[in-house]
Amino acid sequence: MSTQRQKHLVLILAREFASNLSTPTLIADERGYLVFYNEAAEDVIGRRFGEVGEMPLDDWLGAFDARALTGEPIPPEDRPTRVALDQRRASHLRYIVTSADGVDRELEVTGFPLFAHTEEFVGAVVIFWGT
Amino acid sequence: MPTQVKIWGCRGSVATPGPETVGYGGNTSCVEIALGDDAALVLDAGTGIRELGFDLARRGTRRIYLFLTHLHLDHLEGLRFFAPLWNPEVTLDVWGPCSPVVSLRERILRAFSPPLFPLDFRDVPAEVRFHDLPGERWESHGISLSAELVLHPGPTLGYRVETGASSLAYLPDHEPVLAGITDRSPDWISGGALAAGADVVLHDAQYLDEEYEAKMGWGHSSVGDAVAFCRAVGADRLVLFHHEPQRSDRALESVEARARELAGPGEVPPVVAREGMVFDLP
Repeated sequence: MSTQRQKHLVLILAREFASNLSTPTLIADERGYLVFYNEAAEDVIGRRFGEVGEMPLDDWLGAFDARALTGEPIPPEDRPTRVALDQRRASHLRYIVTSADGVDRELEVTGFPLFAHTEEFVGAVVIFWGT
Repeated sequence: MPTQVKIWGCRGSVATPGPETVGYGGNTSCVEIALGDDAALVLDAGTGIRELGFDLARRGTRRIYLFLTHLHLDHLEGLRFFAPLWNPEVTLDVWGPCSPVVSLRERILRAFSPPLFPLDFRDVPAEVRFHDLPGERWESHGISLSAELVLHPGPTLGYRVETGASSLAYLPDHEPVLAGITDRSPDWISGGALAAGADVVLHDAQYLDEEYEAKMGWGHSSVGDAVAFCRAVGADRLVLFHHEPQRSDRALESVEARARELAGPGEVPPVVAREGMVFDLP
């Protein structure tokens, strides 16, 4: 679903930054919509962003089965993406996901909030390391 | 009744008086949107605002709304020499971008104090109020104005002015191509919502396409990118703005011809902004 509302300049700059990285990177807006992920992330996620389009992050997170390295399930609210959006703080976690293509991947994930001004939360960036 | 727009300055970077620039003018950015004699809406305070100030004094205008795109000197330096500022009967409201940590007022006061200026702001007799943007939409005199941050070094705003029947976008310093113009939807284009479907877009076109590569990241657009931006957002008439200081009148005529070639036969022919140019918003 494309919301077609003007993106904050910080998100536009974040997208351009992510587009030029070989590190898988995902961007969400302040409402919790997934608004972009880069080509490198398409390999991790197993689908092109053009196929997925903008969507509520919870719909997206629900599509992936996330487990701790010990095998216990990790609820969405404990994952760096939701921590950045809900608690508006940075976090980092190592876990295993089963991607849309059915492949299990061990990931290290960092999420951090984006504030244009001190109180102006505009979204979050999530980076997948060492994949 | 149509709303009248007048360009008091359209030169970029630095004022360029002289015989080579008499035709298009050498004053830096300033645009007036007519509100009648009792009030004035002004976009930017480049050196063009000096002449506007004398004109407002002649008209007896006491209520002035000034919207700054950013605080680079070519958009601010005329404010200190704006005659209404030195009239205690004038009320001046100034809107503009705060930085992520400093208010607009604090940022402007730096330009209004020694060693950059002999006087302090407390010496200004007019009643001056500062307002940080972006924020709420401004509405008065049948005009609605909105602001968004746009791509240019440092906090920089673009504006959209709506009269009810028509709209104008003002993006004098803008380099949208850095984040993409032609390969994405308008909501991902810097300034996209401000200029979407606008009747008139005053847009940065400082460089020729062949000059742009050496100036990439300096915050300004090429003529080709200005044309591409207007096409991508479905705007109507492009007014090329923020002229390169070294561009003579004759060179600007060539810029206009080039922009018209790029626009193609199906589009409204772009025009080069000229000091003193007046046009109506339908």
